Amino acid sequence: MIEVVINAEWCKGCGLCILFCPQNCLSMGSQISSKGYSYPVFSNEEECNGCTACGKLCPDMAINIYKL
Amino acid sequence: MMAEAGSKKVLCGPPKSRMPVESPLCPGCQHGVIGRILGEVIDELGIQGDTVCIAGVGCHAMMLFTTNVDFVQALHGRAPGIGTGVKRGLNGKKLVFTVQGDGDLASIGMGDIVHSAIRGEKLTIIFCNNSAYGTTGGQMAPTTLVGQPTTTTPGGRQYKSAGFPVHIAELLAGFPGVAYSARCAVNSLAEYAKTKKAIKTAFQKQIDDVGLSIVEILSACPPSLKLSPTKSIQWIKDHMMAEFPLGEFKNVDEISPGYTIKGS
Repeated sequence: MIEVVINAEWCKGCGLCILFCPQNCLSMGSQISSKGYSYPVFSNEEECNGCTACGKLCPDMAINIYKL
Repeated sequence: MMAEAGSKKVLCGPPKSRMPVESPLCPGCQHGVIGRILGEVIDELGIQGDTVCIAGVGCHAMMLFTTNVDFVQALHGRAPGIGTGVKRGLNGKKLVFTVQGDGDLASIGMGDIVHSAIRGEKLTIIFCNNSAYGTTGGQMAPTTLVGQPTTTTPGGRQYKSAGFPVHIAELLAGFPGVAYSARCAVNSLAEYAKTKKAIKTAFQKQIDDVGLSIVEILSACPPSLKLSPTKSIQWIKDHMMAEFPLGEFKNVDEISPGYTIKGS
């Protein structure tokens, strides 16, 4: 089981994690952060294989990934 | 990286030499990814306390606020010169690397980098190529592609009046004092791994006291391309990687002129 934790306060909503995810596990959420950016949510937990592409290619280091 | 946090295994977390602060860069700017790779390499080589970074002038210098190593802020383009002073002044005991952009290294700092390569300084150069002057609003840089619109070339760069983009990795590979020269990108997980390997090799060349090592990294700058972050990644793949081919251009274990003069 993989847990993708998105730090909404550091995220600037560029959407690169959604682009780089090979399994389409992330999608842009409807919430707005305190800085005024919309940020992604981990929407497809079953398909995630823990490749860490979203976390490593996030320019703002806003994604941490854990294996439970 | 693979540390235990309670009962959870961390697959992807912040590197130790990356300070836990928010990135000051624009949305989608890939300089943040380069900073992360640098942090991971410094952690894996265990050189955090023995490293001095010389920052140029530009967006890449924001790594000063996020990377937890000793920093010296250089004048525009003069980072290899300051690096030479730090490296030689500390008798080569510290590892010195510079972080420079294309406006910094390839235009105003061209003399400094070329003479550092001629002298074969034991420095590692991290060259962030985003094909424009990002900090000042996207003016034409020496690495701007032919036809690429910028603030100063609204109709696209014309080669008849403004010339052609400069290929720094190939240029420096031609100098005998250069031990390692490579060009990488950070637009997929595979390229990320290659970039990390290249930066690690570049540091290893300095640890082995071989010569100058340079890693050029293609990085997206969405505000100066006037594209969304996702479209600028595609732009890098379509146009920039066609102009600037990726790969290793030089990797030697010893630098030598290739000849000797009798009696010397």
